[in-house]
Amino acid sequence: MMPHAWTILGFYLLVLLLAAKPLGSYIANVMEGRPILALRLGGGLEAGLYRLCGVKRDEEMGWLRYALAILLFNLLGALAVYALQRLQVWLPLNPQQLANVSPDSAFNTAISFATNTNWQGYAGESTMGHLTQMLGLAVQNFLSAATGIAVAVALMRGFARHSASTIGNAWVDLTRVTLYLLLPIALVYAVFLVSQGTIQTLDGYQEVTTLESGPASVAPQTQTLPTGPVASQEAIKMLGTNGGGFFNANSAHPYENPTPLTNIIQMLSIFLIPAALCLTFGRIVGDVRQGWAVLAAMTVLFVVMAVVAMSVEQQSNPLLTSLGIDGSAGNLEGKETRFGSAESALFATITTLASCGAVNAMHDSFMPLGGFVTLWNMMLGEVVFGGVGSGLYGMLVFAVMAVFLAGLMIGRTPEYLGKKIEAHDIKMVSLTILVTPLLVLTGTALAVTLPAGVAGVANPGAHGFSEILYAFTSAANNNGSAFAGLSANTPFYNILLGIAMWFGRFIVIVSVLALAGNLAAKKRIAANAGTMPTHGPLFVMLLIGTVVLVGALNYVPALALGPVVEQLMLQSAH
Amino acid sequence: MTALIRPAVSLFLLLSVLTGILYPLAVTGIAQTLFPVTASGSLIVRDGRPVGSALIGQSFTDPKYFWGRPSATAGQPYNGAASGGSNLGPLNPALVEAVKERIAALKAADPDNQRPIPGDLVTASGSGLDPHISPAAAAYQVGRIARARRMEVERVAILVARNTEGRQFGLFGEPRVNVLALNLALDAEDGLADSMRP
Repeated sequence: MMPHAWTILGFYLLVLLLAAKPLGSYIANVMEGRPILALRLGGGLEAGLYRLCGVKRDEEMGWLRYALAILLFNLLGALAVYALQRLQVWLPLNPQQLANVSPDSAFNTAISFATNTNWQGYAGESTMGHLTQMLGLAVQNFLSAATGIAVAVALMRGFARHSASTIGNAWVDLTRVTLYLLLPIALVYAVFLVSQGTIQTLDGYQEVTTLESGPASVAPQTQTLPTGPVASQEAIKMLGTNGGGFFNANSAHPYENPTPLTNIIQMLSIFLIPAALCLTFGRIVGDVRQGWAVLAAMTVLFVVMAVVAMSVEQQSNPLLTSLGIDGSAGNLEGKETRFGSAESALFATITTLASCGAVNAMHDSFMPLGGFVTLWNMMLGEVVFGGVGSGLYGMLVFAVMAVFLAGLMIGRTPEYLGKKIEAHDIKMVSLTILVTPLLVLTGTALAVTLPAGVAGVANPGAHGFSEILYAFTSAANNNGSAFAGLSANTPFYNILLGIAMWFGRFIVIVSVLALAGNLAAKKRIAANAGTMPTHGPLFVMLLIGTVVLVGALNYVPALALGPVVEQLMLQSAH
Repeated sequence: MTALIRPAVSLFLLLSVLTGILYPLAVTGIAQTLFPVTASGSLIVRDGRPVGSALIGQSFTDPKYFWGRPSATAGQPYNGAASGGSNLGPLNPALVEAVKERIAALKAADPDNQRPIPGDLVTASGSGLDPHISPAAAAYQVGRIARARRMEVERVAILVARNTEGRQFGLFGEPRVNVLALNLALDAEDGLADSMRP
């Protein structure tokens, strides 16, 4: 890895950890309703919303009621996105008169955005009108992110409370996350993006005559420049680890991610809330060291994956250098000049670990080992930073699994944060951990056996298999990035991937809330000499080991058929 | 369950208005007031009409212009209405074939140039709209441009240097040259020289 790549990685980590600490405390204050300045400023608006909605702020919910509220709220979101797509030609703010979206594509996109996946079978600039983008897709960018954070906070309360029957009020949690966390940061962030070149307009597309145009030229005579309320959507797309691009090229598009500065800020904003939530967790359970331990495990895994991806992509493709080109800048197919190979590989690592799914380079054209990293990052279960909220609740589930494994090894009843871990807890944990591999592997198996699945493949050989595996891994883990050569905008993929996204999101959410409810009801037991401390390096290593082991055991056979074979073929080809 | 429906529906509608209408309109208002040029797409205007965007690349095929990176957009290269990359895998024979063709085209336009061709000049970008090439890719083309325009090599090289951006704040991204801006500068310099000729 070249010195520049180390510098960028070091800078990234430094800024991320410095920003995470105060934000983590802030989120804890907001979610606990402490009388901080922001809550006093927004108190009137918040109280007004509750009055209009018939919400009683102090009314607590048990886990089942909390889960029903979350499911209902997200179902409404999916229905709204579906309706906006199916009706857009008759609605305002569609200057290009883009047609209504087909039922299967609209179904897929509605689920995709409601589940914080933001898988995109469509190309934004030729499919979605401005109103669908801002009132459909961008709204879900906020609300699906708020859902993830609310569920994570509910699980934190499960650990923090004892002998309790409730885990919070879903309406209050969703409202507070949106009002005090997502909206204010997104507003400032969006204006910053515009200052760098991201567009923000409600006008129609513009036609320009190109410089080389003329009777003698073979180059296109005109160029269409797309428009739209991009910056406002871009900000929450990154901040809420949504990742759905306004345009087809996503964050590779110069109108979404215009400069290297916006690129580093976009990368930081993906991990910002997931990192901060670790420290919120520490605050809410009353022991900040617990939060740092989880954050440390995530950081170690991230650095390893980033170093591998950056090293691989900074090498050029040997099949191309053998043609006599200068490959010193690395593998540039599918990458932008302004970002280069290092900062594209770093972006790819972050976006796949974080279940964000925004891309600033085309993962399909990564070298086999680079593609391997992006795939495996998602297969770890999107718990290394992970999606906003979902990353932390996923990682805490792994933490419970880790103490359970340690308990088995030494023959003691496992405990975590003063809570005895019992059979019901482990059932919920197992369900959470196993549901996504089941969806990924069943979906992939179906698609490679059925003609409708194989028909979508763009690249020959092992890479074609990787495209299908990537699609189901991305959908079930709610990431949303793609090996985008796959033609996925067909009824087969739209429906199957839609199912994978929905269950990958909500089976996990319901079982996590069930776990939270069960934990909250338990008594707190005092630590004694036999209690394994869960804030030291030993536990961090144990947690890393559990995540890696589960990720590896589930997926090694599938990975062997895809990127591993491809790497071996590359080595034998030159 | 029924007790949940009223808060669910009303909270969803109110938060939709807040985040889906008021928020984007507020950003649009602020953006169009503070940064009207970038908010509307960073258009470059020459002689009163827009000739393109400073952020969106254009297709160049004439030997007297610097060429940008190959573009894999659907329909036509640098199609602003259909951004995207080739999505060719690293071992795909189609990728190797495409690169071979691009190498042949560059060599045909400049047969005496023996330098190795920089990778970015023969690989398609992720957006298909990449406005930049590397300084090496610009340097590779200087000889051809000078010959096609009957300009001195040094004058072309000076224009390249003037249009080269380093890493942002010396830290982020890669050094790069904006192809459309460079070609506009080239036309301007050439036109100036023409008007001074007797």
